[in-house]
This record gives sequence, structure tokens and C-alpha cells, in this order.
Amino acid sequence: MSPQRSEQLLLIPLRLAAMSAAVICFLIVALLVLESLPALNNIGWRLLSDANWRPTPAAADGAFRVTPMVVATLVITAGAVLLAAPLGLASALFCRFYASPSVAVVYRRLVELLAGIPGVIYGFWGLVVLVPLLGAWRPPGASLLAASLVLALMILPTVALISESAMRAVPQRYVRAAAALGLSRWGTIRSVILPSARRGILTAVILATGRAIGETLAVVMVVGNIVRFPSGLMEPVRALTGNIALEMGYASGDHRSALFFSGLVLTGLVMVLVLFANRLGHRGAISDA
Amino acid sequence: MTTTEKAFRPWHVPASRPACCDVKRPALQAVGLGVRFSGRPVLADVSLDMHHGCITAIVGPSGCGKSTFLASLNRMLDFEEGAALTGDVRFHGESILGADLDAQSLRRRIGLIAQRPNPFPLSIRRNLAFPLREHGVRDRPEQERCIEESLRQVGLWSEVCDRLDQPALALSGGQQQRLCLARALALEPEVLLLDEPCSALDPLASGVVEDLIVDLRGRYTIVVVTHNLAQARRIADDMAVFWIEDGVGRIVETGSADELFTRPRDAVTRAYIAGARG
Repeated sequence: MSPQRSEQLLLIPLRLAAMSAAVICFLIVALLVLESLPALNNIGWRLLSDANWRPTPAAADGAFRVTPMVVATLVITAGAVLLAAPLGLASALFCRFYASPSVAVVYRRLVELLAGIPGVIYGFWGLVVLVPLLGAWRPPGASLLAASLVLALMILPTVALISESAMRAVPQRYVRAAAALGLSRWGTIRSVILPSARRGILTAVILATGRAIGETLAVVMVVGNIVRFPSGLMEPVRALTGNIALEMGYASGDHRSALFFSGLVLTGLVMVLVLFANRLGHRGAISDA
Repeated sequence: MTTTEKAFRPWHVPASRPACCDVKRPALQAVGLGVRFSGRPVLADVSLDMHHGCITAIVGPSGCGKSTFLASLNRMLDFEEGAALTGDVRFHGESILGADLDAQSLRRRIGLIAQRPNPFPLSIRRNLAFPLREHGVRDRPEQERCIEESLRQVGLWSEVCDRLDQPALALSGGQQQRLCLARALALEPEVLLLDEPCSALDPLASGVVEDLIVDLRGRYTIVVVTHNLAQARRIADDMAVFWIEDGVGRIVETGSADELFTRPRDAVTRAYIAGARG
């Protein structure tokens, strides 16, 4: 077989694989849109704006409202990222620049382990440890804060591991150049490492944000799941993901369709995030000759 | 050529300061210096006086430990895993190898320029401003003054003064190397260690950097590693020839550049200078 011929034979499965990934992604979004249509047609914009959410069609006017859950999701995620980003970054800096080699290895393994623990375990821990603790302070305990804390713990390894590898990718000669100028370790980190690794660190934070938005089980277990606008850190709320998980089992008709709409909104949020990440990635690109 | 003849060259004597090179005072001294990497010796028994205000050229074939020697002069070997030093390095008569020595402030006084230009991936201005800030120059106008002065010193000011906020990596190789020199000069060091500063540059840029080094004579003690003998002959006051014996770098001959080029004592030096070896 000629080289060109075998090359072409290889191209076919590659193309098929690439295409199927794209098609599946498209089909999922199409399904979400199609299944959301009845709710959008029958209920329309009241999904977003009506003040009276009722989880079942038995409710007064069969209204399904999404806005409080969108807001709750965003607030929980923001809280988690605000906690996890600085901690994750600090953890990466420690591991890369301050820990002795042997400590760094053990520490990195621990963080990797933390990244591998399933969400349900984090949720379980939150339920039996964190929620009672918070509850003793301000009942009921199951709250927005509990969800943010559990999620922060979950996404911290993502931030730490990805930003550490971004820092590792900063060419050693920059570090040497800084040392040759007699700069302190912190001065080097602040003025050379962080600006050079900015793009990777942003990617780390955005990936972590995506994980936090999409996490379902851990959040359901600690957040209280009451649909309402978040009015305080200690208030129970319901996240979009949790809403789908909790109600899909028995929903039908407009109710079911409204849940698909929740999913569509969630997907939309993540897509916006990805687009945002791409833009930042291009703008923050640092060429290294 | 004698030193008196040299003094008549206009670039040799800077207007502000006397040509310190005429009075040979050692600024940096290596005394029986040896370097091992993980037990394997790479340099042995290196003794060399580097005189105040002079240009000392270190020449020799590749792999004879020239760069290692240079890095040992401002504690850059601290960053090499498994590097161990024996003997001594003295700066103004005092050892710099002690564990309690503040290596950071030492490196401010003894700057090192790498072979490949290595500006930070920041703007031209920030490349110069942040080392200044780190060393306590926080006043903005003062920073600006230092930046302009050091860029003028390396002849880069007129080329970049209208684009100080552009990325430094967009500059040409020669400009980048001069920026690195300016970055070191901004910290007002006493000694400049240059590790083959022209070898990664094209001939034109190389010439510019070489003229610049000559320009700095008298104001700074300069130690330059080069494998370009013609360059060493053009710029050096003193010279040390390194050679490899049994895999270990050693000095075979030291002396004034004129002497070494006209009356080499060692057979290896003679062959090396004649182009027969190395």
C-alpha cells in the first residue's frame, strides 16, 4: 500500500470520530431546545419572570420560574470560585516555589487525590460534617454558604493543578534572569511568573468555574433546595442542576419541558463561559521566542 | 600595545571617571576554585584575578567550564542541583561563598548577562522598572530617569523611546541583548559577567554589543566569556585561557591580552591562538 493510500485510510476513522463528537454535541443541544419548546410556548417568558414558582403542575397556575435558580447557581459558583481561586493559586505557588522537593511531591499527590474524589463523597462530607456545623451557628445549616464551601473544596485541586502546570511552563531562563538580577523569590513570582502564566491560570479558574456550575449531587446534598432568590449566605436555595435531578423522576408535560429549559439555560451559561475563556486566551497569549 | 597607548583611544577613557584599568587592582579573585557537579569535577584549581575596571576575557574550547566559572562568580551555581565548590571566590577581598552571605544583594552588585537574550515577556519599560522597584527604587520619576539613562547607555533609547510599552520580545535579537544589558546596568552593578553575549546575534548586532562592552570599560569590571578569539583580541585587557585536561576544565595561561596574543608561554595557548587547536 502506498503511503498516501494508508494515510487516507487513517483519515476516514479520524474524520468519523471527530464528526461523531460534533454531531453528538449538536444533537444534545437540539434535544434540549426541542424539549424546552412546549414550556416556552405554553408558559413563555413567565418561566423567567413569574414570581410564583411551583414545582408541580398542580400549582395554582402551572407556572415554572427559573430566574431564582439561575441567580442561586451563579451566586453559589461565584462564592466557590472566589474561595478556591486564591487558595488554589496559593497552593500552586507553595508547591512550585516554596516547598522542598520531597514535600512538593507528597503535596502534589495529595492534591491529585483530592481531584479524584467523586462529588458525592464531597456532598456526603458536607451533609454530615459541614451542614451540622453551620446549622449549630445559624440553622438550618443547609445553605448557599454550605454549597459554596463544598464546591470550593471540590474545584480547588483543579485550580491548583492547572495553574501549577502553567507556572511550570514558564521558561526556566526567565527565572534565572530574575535571579541573576538579584530579585527575591516573591518579586520573581509577582513580576515574572504570574504575568507569564496568566493565561494558564485564567484557564484553570474558568475550567474550575465550569465544574462548579455543572456539579449536581454535592450541591443537592447541602444546599437545602428551596426555590427562592438568595437573600443571605445562610439561606437555603436551589441550583439549576439540582432542580433537574430532583424533579426529573416524576415530571411530565409542561413541568418536564420546564426542566429541559433549566438544562438549556445551564448549557447556555457554560457556553458563555467557554467563549469568554477563548477570548481571554487569545488576548492573554504570550509568545515565547 | 602598551596601556599608555590604549589610553589615547577616545572610548577607553570615559569623561567622568579615570581609567581604573591603568591601576591594576583585583575586584574579583578566584583562588584555587574547583567545581563539581554531583561529585564529577568540571573545573579544578582555577586562580584568576579580575581587575577593577578592566575587561577580562575567558577563552577556550566548548565544554571547558567557562560558563560554569562565570556562574560561580555571583552564586548562580546555587541554582544548579548538586553543584559543589571548593577553593574561594573573593569580591574586594572578602569571600562570597559563605552560606550566610546575602546572595541576592551580591547579584545586584555582580550582574550576569546570559548567552541568549532573555528579556522578560513584559513591556520594555516594565523589564527595566520592576527590577528597580524590587531593589527599592519606588519613586516613579526616579525610575523613569534610571530607565532612560540605562537605555541611553546601551544606545537603545533612540530606537525604543516611542514604544516603551510594547512587548520586549518584539525587539530584534541584538536589541533584546542590549535591553538585558540595560536591565543589569539600571541596578548600577560594579561587575558585569557576560556569557558569550554576542554568540546568539548576527554580525551587525554583535558588533554593536561589542562596541558597547568596550564603552563600559573603566566604569565596570567586566568578565566576558567568548569563543571568538578575534573579539577577545579586540576588547580584552586581560585574558585567561581555559582548557580541558582529562575531562576537567583548568586554566592553562593568564596574563594581559597583548602578552598572550604576542608572546604566549604555553604550548596549548600558542596552538589555540594560531588556530591549530580548539
